[in-house]
Amino acid sequence: MKPTFLQRLDVIVRSMTPFILTLTFVVLAQVPLHIPGFAQVAPILPLMAVYHWTIYRPDLLPSMAAFFAGLLHDALSGMPFGVNAAVFVIVHMVVMSQQVFFQGKSFLVIWLGFSLVASGAMVLTWLLNALFFAVITSVEAAFVQYLVTVGAFPILAWLLTRWQRSILSQV
Amino acid sequence: MGIASVKNRKHASLHGLTQHGMGVANRFGYLGLVLAAFALMMMGKADLTVMERVRASVSDAAAPVLDALSRPVASLDRVVDEIALMDELRRENVRLREENQHLLEWQSAARKLSAENQNLKSQLNFAPDAEPGFVTARVIADTGGAFVHSILVSAGARDGVAKGQAVVTGDGLVGRVHAVGTRSVRVLLVTDLNSRIPVIIEATRTRAILAGDNSERPRLIHLPPGATASIGDRVVTSGHGGAFPPGIPVGVVAQIGDGSVLIKPYAQRDRLEFVRIVDYGLKGILDSSSAAEGAGVSQ
Repeated sequence: MKPTFLQRLDVIVRSMTPFILTLTFVVLAQVPLHIPGFAQVAPILPLMAVYHWTIYRPDLLPSMAAFFAGLLHDALSGMPFGVNAAVFVIVHMVVMSQQVFFQGKSFLVIWLGFSLVASGAMVLTWLLNALFFAVITSVEAAFVQYLVTVGAFPILAWLLTRWQRSILSQV
Repeated sequence: MGIASVKNRKHASLHGLTQHGMGVANRFGYLGLVLAAFALMMMGKADLTVMERVRASVSDAAAPVLDALSRPVASLDRVVDEIALMDELRRENVRLREENQHLLEWQSAARKLSAENQNLKSQLNFAPDAEPGFVTARVIADTGGAFVHSILVSAGARDGVAKGQAVVTGDGLVGRVHAVGTRSVRVLLVTDLNSRIPVIIEATRTRAILAGDNSERPRLIHLPPGATASIGDRVVTSGHGGAFPPGIPVGVVAQIGDGSVLIKPYAQRDRLEFVRIVDYGLKGILDSSSAAEGAGVSQ
């Protein structure tokens, strides 16, 4: 049976959601929460989304999408253009190279994988910023931000997994 | 890991030529994207204005969404604050009564001085400063993470905001306008790596530059040799360079190490909800060359 127009449209809209969610996380990460000291160490939400979708649905979040999410993140956060774009694309590449390893692994392994990938991403972001501004900055805040990001991962991963199972099960 | 990757490769080759072809294409794709990102960084380094215009239009596009999102968070925050305050109300009240007594004494002193000042000014034929115009705006985005200390504010060129203007709260200086969109403005906080503000230590009238370094405590640089500062000294803008008027409170000396004086800014980043963007009508050096320099661009 040939799918109707509406069914096809439904599939297209659903398959766009990983990218849209990633962009949403970029925007959400900018909302001021008025928690003392939080802004400097807020978790990097889009990094988690890029990691998650690259493992489970790289077909719905290709490297190009990661690149654009990074650009939006650069534009809104005030970082030099290209820094997060490069970081997200490299994260995408690294995770893709370990695709087979990640398949069917328990959540603990996925989390551990994220802690490794995020540490690499953080070091790279720090390095690119240092190169761009030609200044060595303190790594303290970056380290705390890394810990907060890794700590927040299970919540986001749970949400994204639920999304994946309900919205993307037929896509 | 090595064994796994070898397995992966074998696995990939079993999938046949198409898969392999896609892998190669992907690798080129990655290379292209990473190169594109680096090209953007280079362009940002070479020509700031184009990149800033792109950034401003992206911020403008996101501003309504961020504005809507920041409102419920702010009101929730206020509810939590109020509940927390209930507990402190009594103690606060006692403290405030005492403080009020104290302030009344100050008020009478200030009235007397103000009258005297008026009197003396009229005798001197003193030309008063022009009243500054200002725009009050809501903070709609604040998370550069560990690498950027800036906020987005919901005002823009249509409200008469221009690059280089001072951004203040009741507490003191927040930062300066770094990039202007039609309806959003990026404010570089005094703690940012690229922030340089001419200041003086109020008690000793010592000139210095307040330089941010992405930590919560910016430091004083270019202190004249032999300059002294003590903890608790007030630091205010000096007005040098013509960007800001003199006397805007900035912070207090919080820590003195060997050769470094750290300042605790009065304006707290997490408390910023509304800020005032003040137009003092000064076309200072920060407008052009220093602003670009402040943004990390050497010309």
